[in-house]
Amino acid sequence: MKTVIIKYNAGNVQSVMYALERIGAGYLWTDDEQEIRTADRVIFPGVGEASTAMAYLRDKGLDRIIPTLKQPVLGTCVGMQLLCRSSEENNTTAMGIFPVDVKRFPAGDQKVPHVGWNNLTNLRSELTAGMSDNPYVYFVHSYAAPVCAYTVATCEYMVPFSAMLQKDNFYAAQFHAEISGKEGQQILENFLKLS
Amino acid sequence: MLTKRIIPCLDIKDGRTVKGTNFVNLRDAGDPVALGALYAEQGADELVFLDITATVDNRKTLVDLVRNVARHVNIPFTVGGGISSVADVSALLNAGADKISINSSAVRRPELINELALQFGSQCIVVAIDTREVPGESGIEHVVHTHGGRKPTDLRTIPWAKEAQERGAGEILLTSMDADGTKAGFALALTAEVSGSLSIPVIASGGAGTMEHFTEVFTTGKADAGLAASIFHFREIGIPELKSYLKGEGISVRP
Repeated sequence: MKTVIIKYNAGNVQSVMYALERIGAGYLWTDDEQEIRTADRVIFPGVGEASTAMAYLRDKGLDRIIPTLKQPVLGTCVGMQLLCRSSEENNTTAMGIFPVDVKRFPAGDQKVPHVGWNNLTNLRSELTAGMSDNPYVYFVHSYAAPVCAYTVATCEYMVPFSAMLQKDNFYAAQFHAEISGKEGQQILENFLKLS
Repeated sequence: MLTKRIIPCLDIKDGRTVKGTNFVNLRDAGDPVALGALYAEQGADELVFLDITATVDNRKTLVDLVRNVARHVNIPFTVGGGISSVADVSALLNAGADKISINSSAVRRPELINELALQFGSQCIVVAIDTREVPGESGIEHVVHTHGGRKPTDLRTIPWAKEAQERGAGEILLTSMDADGTKAGFALALTAEVSGSLSIPVIASGGAGTMEHFTEVFTTGKADAGLAASIFHFREIGIPELKSYLKGEGISVRP
C-alpha cells in the first residue's frame, strides 16, 4: 500500500512520519501530483497559520489536486481546516470540501488556544472503531469548525465543535492523532485499514 | 472536558538524564528515551526535556536525542536549554520536537519570540520564566532570572509574562526558584496571578512534593499544567496514583 504525506510548508510533519513508523507503515512525503494521485492513502497534515498554508498550496497547485482525489484522504489540524470552506484566521478561503466555516473560539474566561487533552463524544466514524467511549486526544488550536452535518466526532471547549469531519473519501481530525497516545494510534491504524 | 496536564521534566546532560532516577524496571535509568517512554506509558500528558549543558558541542547530541524521543514516544514533548535562534528551533522541530522552550535568549532579545511565532506558529513556542522573590522598595518583587537562575534581570514576572504572550508565546512555563527543590508546594499566589493575567496556558513548576500540591496548583494556583521532576524520578509519586487521586478530588484529568 502506498501512503503519501502531502509535502508543503506545514510544521512538524516529522511526528506524523514517526507515528506511521511506529505502526509499521511506510510512507512517501511528496508534493508530486502523479505520486499523490496514485497513492492508496493520502495524509494532509498541518500545523501553522491558515492563510500562509493556503497560499502555499495554491502556489504549488495542490489546492486543485486535493479536492479531486478519490482515495481516502485524512486532513489533520490546519489540514482539516483547509478542507473546510473558509477560516476566520486571516479571512482565508479554503478548499470547501466540507461546507462549513472555521471560526475562532469565542472570547471568554477560558484560554485560547485550546491546548491539551480533551475527550471526544458522539463517535460515528470508522476511524474511531476500537477506541474507548470518550477517548482523550491532544488538541492545540485557536480556530475550530462548528458542529455540522458532516461531524463524526464532537469535542467541547466553551462551545461544541467538530473534532472530526467525514464526507465521501475525505476524513478530517482537528486533534493530533500522531501524538495522542494509543487512542491516536488507533485512528491512524483504522485510516490505513479502510477498504 | 479539557484536562489538567501532568508533565514530568527530564534534565539532560550530554544526552543522558541527570539528577538520577529510581526505576528498577528500567534497564538504563539514564536513558531519556526509555524514561520518557515509560512516563508516556504510565499516563504522563506531556514531557519536557531540558538540556542543562546546552553548549554548542552538545547541540548535535540534543538533536539526535530529540529524534530518538520522537520515534519512541507517542505524546507531545517540549525541548529547552540554550535555544537562541530560528535555526536552533528549526533543527529541533524538524527532528520531531512538538514544542521548544526559550528562556535567557528571549530575555536578551525579546524579538526572538515574535520571529519564532511567525516562523513556526505560537502553538510550539513555550517561554520559560524563572522567577525569584526579592525584597524591593515597595515590598516583595518577583524578579525574572536567567542563565539557569544565576542572573537576576530588570524584568518583573507579570509584565514579562504579558509581553511574552503579546509577542506570540503559546504557553508560559513558570518556575518559582523559591519553591523549587523544597517539596513544600508550588508558588500558588504567584502562579494564580500570572495565570489570571494571561490568555495562554501556564505550566507551574517548582515545589511539588505531595499529591495535594497538585490539587492546590490546579485550584488555588489556576495552573493549566503541573510540572515536576524528582518526585516522579524517585517514584515518590506514581503518575497513575496521582491521576486517580486528582480525579477523586474533582480535578479533570486524562485517565
